[in-house]
Amino acid sequence: MAEFIVDKDGIKRYLVSITVNGNKYTKMVKANSLLVNFLREDLNLTGTKRACEQGDCGACTVLLDGKPVNSCMVLTVSVDGREVTTVEGLASNEKLDILQEKFIEHSAPQCGFCAPGILMSAKALLMKNPNPTELEVREAIAGNLCRCTGYVHYVEAILDAAAASQERKDG
Amino acid sequence: MRLPRARKGRMGKMAKEFSYLNMKREYSYIGKSLKRTDMLDKVTGRGKFTADLKFSNMLYGKLIRSTEAHARIIKIDTSEAEKLPGVKAIITAKDVPSIKYGLSPARYDENIFCIDKVRYYGDKIGAVCAVDEETLYKALKLIKVEYEVLPAVFTPADAAKEDAPQIFEEYPGNINTEIHLEFGDVEKAKQEAYYVRTDRLQGQRTLHGFIEPHCSIAYWEGKRVTIHSAHQSAHYLQHHIARIFDMKEGDVRVVLPYIGGGFGGKVDVSGLDIAAVALSKITGQPVKMFFDLEEVWYNGRARHGMDMKYTTGVTKEGKILFVESETILDGGAYTGLGIASAYYAGALLTVLYDFDNYRFDAYRYVTNLPPCGAQRGHGQPHPRYAFESHLDHIAEDLGIDPIEMRLINARKANTVTPNGYEVKSYYLKEANELARDASGWKDKKGKLPKGRGIGVGNGGFVTGAGYCMYRTDLPHSVAMIKVYDDGTHAVVYTNAVDIGQGSDTVLTQMAAQAMGYPYEDITICTRDTDLSTLDFGAYASRQTLMAGWAVKRAGEDVKKKILAQAAEMLKVKEDGGYRFGKLTPEELDCEEGIVFVKQEPAVNITFAEVARAYFVKHGVLIGRGYYHPGKLGGTHKGAAVGTSPAYSSATQVAEVEVDMETGLTKVVGTWDVHDSGFVVNPQLLHGQVHGAFSMGIGETIWEKVVFDEKGRVLNGNFAEYRLPTALDMPYVESLVLDTFEPNGPWGVKEVGEGATTPTLGCVANAVYDAIGVRVAELPLTPEKIWRGLKEAKEKGGK
Repeated sequence: MAEFIVDKDGIKRYLVSITVNGNKYTKMVKANSLLVNFLREDLNLTGTKRACEQGDCGACTVLLDGKPVNSCMVLTVSVDGREVTTVEGLASNEKLDILQEKFIEHSAPQCGFCAPGILMSAKALLMKNPNPTELEVREAIAGNLCRCTGYVHYVEAILDAAAASQERKDG
Repeated sequence: MRLPRARKGRMGKMAKEFSYLNMKREYSYIGKSLKRTDMLDKVTGRGKFTADLKFSNMLYGKLIRSTEAHARIIKIDTSEAEKLPGVKAIITAKDVPSIKYGLSPARYDENIFCIDKVRYYGDKIGAVCAVDEETLYKALKLIKVEYEVLPAVFTPADAAKEDAPQIFEEYPGNINTEIHLEFGDVEKAKQEAYYVRTDRLQGQRTLHGFIEPHCSIAYWEGKRVTIHSAHQSAHYLQHHIARIFDMKEGDVRVVLPYIGGGFGGKVDVSGLDIAAVALSKITGQPVKMFFDLEEVWYNGRARHGMDMKYTTGVTKEGKILFVESETILDGGAYTGLGIASAYYAGALLTVLYDFDNYRFDAYRYVTNLPPCGAQRGHGQPHPRYAFESHLDHIAEDLGIDPIEMRLINARKANTVTPNGYEVKSYYLKEANELARDASGWKDKKGKLPKGRGIGVGNGGFVTGAGYCMYRTDLPHSVAMIKVYDDGTHAVVYTNAVDIGQGSDTVLTQMAAQAMGYPYEDITICTRDTDLSTLDFGAYASRQTLMAGWAVKRAGEDVKKKILAQAAEMLKVKEDGGYRFGKLTPEELDCEEGIVFVKQEPAVNITFAEVARAYFVKHGVLIGRGYYHPGKLGGTHKGAAVGTSPAYSSATQVAEVEVDMETGLTKVVGTWDVHDSGFVVNPQLLHGQVHGAFSMGIGETIWEKVVFDEKGRVLNGNFAEYRLPTALDMPYVESLVLDTFEPNGPWGVKEVGEGATTPTLGCVANAVYDAIGVRVAELPLTPEKIWRGLKEAKEKGGK
């Protein structure tokens, strides 16, 4: 358990060190701090969206040690010493991730509010399973709700990204 | 000629491309799936939505909501909350103007905060702001409201009872809107009809289902207030805030960041905008007001529950002679856009089908539930569901194929409806034929095994409302294009609102085409009343046609100036073989950033060089454009709802599989054929259709807002209000007809809202085809289907 200090009102604040997108952040947080709010408010990483706040919509999906989680359902103290990747961490040195490229090519997002969450779910899928079937893609993003797109261009873009990564590897 | 290509599906072969008008139309920047202007922002997370914005010294605020459905407010005790450190202000009705507001001037019936009584569970009593969210939620718990509880009504049937409690003094009998319209002679047609049938069906109250909850941030600078909001119209928000606070419109600046979906749910002035303005005035600090997701259900303003009865008479051959319809709408507590919803429920049937005699009666009741308003396809999807179901029964009774029935009655282009609407382009017949062929209808209808079925539904929509929501002579859309000093970049200014549908992209494509200037060198400056130019915003599927006209004209204005300038700069060589002497602008054209002599394109100059020369001589190069639809058809009371410069039409076919044991429905295939005029960006059009199917399938099978006996929402979350997931979506094929609308720029018309209107009917008809029983109430849950099958079995039905 992380170290803590107690203020005059008896409220504890815990010292956490979390690696987000490769950068280590050391902060004091309350026990009730949620990862989604920590990312958005404390680190100003607003690409991760907050909507349903009960793990239904997937808009706040981030990778925790490489696995997709709803960051609204994760307490910040529980992430101490671990690694988080948000949508801001997908591109490296201005080079977009293949998923981002394919999302653009297929005009996959419309309003785009669910897009960061879908990107992170898709990223987790492709890291685990570089050559997924259409059903596997649909299962991977079934926890991400989207009202604009019917998921059609999203599914196409993710399958296309998987195919393109395979080609790059083979080529 | 190149046509927008039909999307290739996973299942079956791509349908044959269809060209209705054999016109040669090759363009550089329109009719092409160019990349969206907003994609990089949206895939990197850098694009800001309202809730992502922070201002220094910003406070956080929430509404205080009623915990009774119908009650007099005796006392509001905020003293304990005020003592809480970090609470900055608490306001109730006494602290804000008592002016009533709404969206239709005929029914301004909502106060900023309830004055005398609350009218639904969740009604707005006041607002509180504090230094952080945690303090804010603690403060809300400390506010105590004492009520004298009044009897409440939750259904139109209860609201209509003689001894029912009266929710508003101004709506006796709880009737908010009453409509009685007749065109032609229904009684006479009744005598002539070969066959008459009546059906009654119910549509449920649904929710828009956008993922981004409303949020609004306001701050004051002197006499001016700036509002950042998740809203569908900068102009209406500006207009209403100015009216409510008795300010000049010029003193209200509205900025709309990226908007996380709207579907009609972000058209009303939500309590958040008003409270943010009031609280930031009092505190002198920026205030961010936000909804939790559950509050989105309490804010409501989505599709009305409707009880619809249709009586239709036809000839022996199936030609419709008359339609008589009665619709009862559950309006919820206030009007908002509801008066328009009631008129829309009856207005557009006459556009779809060609018949002369029509009677439409409607009653919109107020009830003690969250108010209903507009949701994608405003007022259409339920009546389309009901009538398309009804029409299928008539066809079955007469032994006519359902698609044949629609072909017999489909309206044609260049006609006028009995209620006076002028319909220019209209290719519903062709849409039905292509949908029939693409879906394999002939091989499936009547030939599928029990439990599997196929159904058809028709729909369509206005391409923009013919009139502003309030009385004004303003143009509906205005645009400006500014070219940079050295001609290397251009900016399009328009307050058209991109809520995800892609209007920023489509309008940028149109600007590029009209100017003859590269798409990639244009940016768009939108959604800011200080920085950009008037547009009524995203509702009634209006942006592509209306903002499109303004942008096209602004682009042509730039081009005109460029050609005039170039005529002074270009010279034709004497030995050029063309002619001698000075050029006129008419002899020039400009495409893709190159100005050239039409007869001798080798003689050319870059747009940038010409623009720079213009700048040196005249100053900034600006093009201006505007659009006003002018006077449109229809003279009866309520004609303003439904009249439009252009009407889209669409046919959808759905194939479903129903588990005959459990009643569980799975949609396995869907086909949409849209008569959308000229398609500016096919990829975005298909995206609209895909999303429309997703919403329509959800509404047909699962979605319904459920309340308890106190008027509390029981499923105010995405676990229990089930939106379709990626696993629920069937195979989707979206096809377009190559049509041309004379009232649209380059022949465009709408797709976004119209695509939702046939879905409920086609899926419901497919379920009927699969099980042989009509479940006459949406949504078609497994329980209702199971009960329907059980009853039919007991009665010994088919």
